[in-house]
Amino acid sequence: MTRSTEAVLDVRNLSKTFGGLRAVDKVSFTVAKGELLALIGPNGAGKTTCFNMLMGQLKRTSGEVLFEGRDIANLPTRAIWRKGIGRTFQITATYPSMTVIENVQMALMSYHRRIYSLLPFATRLYRKEAMALLELVGMPEQADRHCAILAYGDLKRLELAIALSHDPALLLMDEPTAGMAPTERIKLMQLTADIVREKNISVLFTEHDMDVVFTHAHRVMVLNRGELIANGSVTDVRNDPKVQEVYLGGGTLFAEEAAGEHA
Amino acid sequence: MELIFAQVLTGLANASTLFLVASGLSLIFGVTRIVNFAHGSFYMLGAFIGYSLMQFLPGMFGFWLSVLLAGLAVGLIGVIVEICVLRPVYKAPELFQLVATFGVILVIQDLALLTWGAEDLLGPRAPGLKGVVRILGEPIPQYDLAMIAITPMILLSLWYLITKTRVGVLVRAATQDREMVGALGVNQAWLFTGVFFLGSAMAGLGGAIQLPKGGADLLMDFNILAAIFVVVVIGGMGSLPGAYIAAVLISVLNVFGVAYLPESTLVLMFVVMAVVLMIRPYGLLGREEFAGEHGQVGEPERPIKPAGPQLRMFVAAMLVLLALVPVFGSNFHVVLTTDIIIFCLFAASLHFMLGLGGLVSFGHAAFFGGGAYVAALLVKFADTPMELALLLAPVGAGLAAFIIGWICMRLTGVYFAMLTLAFAQLLWSLVFQWGEVTGGDDGMVDIWPSPWLSDNTSYYYLTLIIGVGGILFLRHAAHSPFGYALRAARDSVKQAEATGIHTKQVQWLAFAFAGAMAGIAGGLFVFSKGSIFPTELEIGRSFDALIVVFLGGVKTLSGAVVGGASLEFIKDQLTRFEYWRLTLGVVIILVVILAPEGIVGTARKVSERFGWIRKSEDLQ
Repeated sequence: MTRSTEAVLDVRNLSKTFGGLRAVDKVSFTVAKGELLALIGPNGAGKTTCFNMLMGQLKRTSGEVLFEGRDIANLPTRAIWRKGIGRTFQITATYPSMTVIENVQMALMSYHRRIYSLLPFATRLYRKEAMALLELVGMPEQADRHCAILAYGDLKRLELAIALSHDPALLLMDEPTAGMAPTERIKLMQLTADIVREKNISVLFTEHDMDVVFTHAHRVMVLNRGELIANGSVTDVRNDPKVQEVYLGGGTLFAEEAAGEHA
Repeated sequence: MELIFAQVLTGLANASTLFLVASGLSLIFGVTRIVNFAHGSFYMLGAFIGYSLMQFLPGMFGFWLSVLLAGLAVGLIGVIVEICVLRPVYKAPELFQLVATFGVILVIQDLALLTWGAEDLLGPRAPGLKGVVRILGEPIPQYDLAMIAITPMILLSLWYLITKTRVGVLVRAATQDREMVGALGVNQAWLFTGVFFLGSAMAGLGGAIQLPKGGADLLMDFNILAAIFVVVVIGGMGSLPGAYIAAVLISVLNVFGVAYLPESTLVLMFVVMAVVLMIRPYGLLGREEFAGEHGQVGEPERPIKPAGPQLRMFVAAMLVLLALVPVFGSNFHVVLTTDIIIFCLFAASLHFMLGLGGLVSFGHAAFFGGGAYVAALLVKFADTPMELALLLAPVGAGLAAFIIGWICMRLTGVYFAMLTLAFAQLLWSLVFQWGEVTGGDDGMVDIWPSPWLSDNTSYYYLTLIIGVGGILFLRHAAHSPFGYALRAARDSVKQAEATGIHTKQVQWLAFAFAGAMAGIAGGLFVFSKGSIFPTELEIGRSFDALIVVFLGGVKTLSGAVVGGASLEFIKDQLTRFEYWRLTLGVVIILVVILAPEGIVGTARKVSERFGWIRKSEDLQ
């Protein structure tokens, strides 16, 4: 694996408050080139808030987000995308009235700044490139199907193809395997890991499935109540007592169960 | 000071009718999401029925009993309409129901004409409240004071019903999340019917209670329609106190408008609405909401394809047929076909932004009439030749759409629709009242084409080339990257923005583009008629286009053209009969019920079922 130490994304003291609630509290981390970085934490920890700030869907309260050395935190989503960050959504967002390949072509047309032209037929633009992306995510035979009738797992793969269409340096994936069957999850993450290695892009993803995280992540960060409480290799984080407390409730659950068995 | 006080009281009295009718509309929209165009008709029925009852029931008791019974009767009529007309189409695409309610307007108009005749009826004075009271020296009708007192009581009891009772809880819950209420085991169909009863009864009550002040006539339905929509929007959809505040605001301002600035009366409420919406996009007391995103109703739209050889052949054949109209048809046919082509272009321009962009405009006539007036004014005041005027019509209309679109883009859904309506009304009243320039109500005449096109046949060919060219260009635009970006912005703002598409900008430009294309239709129109009147800018014109787009099939590319041609043709056939509105209304309602996907959408489905065309994967 060729991973340089050069940071693609450098987040410094990023915070977000909603009224009195500190949803994200002085979070700092970096994402290295080619790295698959997992951001985990219980529900309400601030993962999605963090993502929305990185992608410009939410304004930060304070802190800096440097992408390839430049602060992007005040840019609108579409400008951040153009700088080279792609994202997939927790709940898939595609264009149901189009075919699968047209969904990808749409992103390509936007990338090539063609969306305001009135003369060419859209379906004939960038079809080859779009097909290559569909092949990359393993669904070329579905290219001309109606997007509205795809299975959920296929929608997730389509989203990945769309997110890859502008050759991003960084990919943000918000719960990429949520709502999928276990075998599908493994397949999708394996696919993502392969693409990351092949294209040498970085991925920051949130995930609830620990199997997925521990199998594929190069590094894991744990967010709890807006604060980053752990950041390190899979083994380090697994053995971190603070993390265990967050996830297992300090072991009380087991103690009670044990007590129950004896009773 | 005394006079001002008296005027405030008059305004408050006028507000009661407005509030009664508007609160019904607000309830119906809040729960069922139906934009009920027929609400003004319920109000008119309330007045007529109340009038008839008062002939039988004498005295003070009889008067108020008549008012109540009129409300009850109209409520029941509302129930009949809901069960027979609207229930079958709840599953149709969003806003499709408004076409059905438009059909109901037509039916009720003719039924009222049949029953009560064309004469305006003078309302009876309320027994016991015929006199005037002097307040600060100014005479105030006793009946006004009674209405001022009654309205807050009705507001309070409605408010009690909505906030404190079980029914109210259900209604509020359904306003927020219909699906959830259904999942909790509430019979939605009857909840909807119940709300429709209550809403219609309020309208009927409003119609009957204003009898001593306004009487009953056949124009009441359209006259109040715009005002109650404005009140509901200013107050905030679904908010009863909001509707009351807005009704008072509008009525009081209107009284002062009449007294001090008579030219303002036609437009005052639309100015107020535009200002309120620009400051508070969801009305005074409304909460943020995303009309049109309460769950997609109906099937998702099918992908579109460039026309295949069969369709191309068909279009070519149609073009040949159209080109032959002057050869085989009479002069009448030529004029009728000219009208149809122009109307189809107008409807197709609306379909571009409505169908592809999901931007429902209630004021598209602004750009059709706008284009027509630009051409007419250029000819009249600058001696512009027809050719140049035809070229500048879309430029002017497009420019207007560019500016209006920029303002309207802050809003979405029904609020967006209402703001477009407000601007269309602004333009209309400008034309209507600026008599020295636009001729006002008398319009502008003698705007004829250049000599080489002076006979109907040659002008027909010009219309054919430009009109059909425009329609085909709009169709092509749907297949262009711009058309795709517009659909992307409609399908998923989230994904579109996350892949670099400036969705608001795309929609804004589409609005301007649609406006310019409507301007072409307007330019063609003015030279075909030789004259132009403010009616071409009216709400009715905007509704015409809206109706045919839905009637033809909003989720199909050819819907607007098919719908436009069918409606114009049917209209032409029917207007020869005396009660043509009734017939047309019934036809529209039948089409809505039998073809809930619109004419084209349903034809496609039927053909697929019988295997006449290849089935799409969706149906397998």
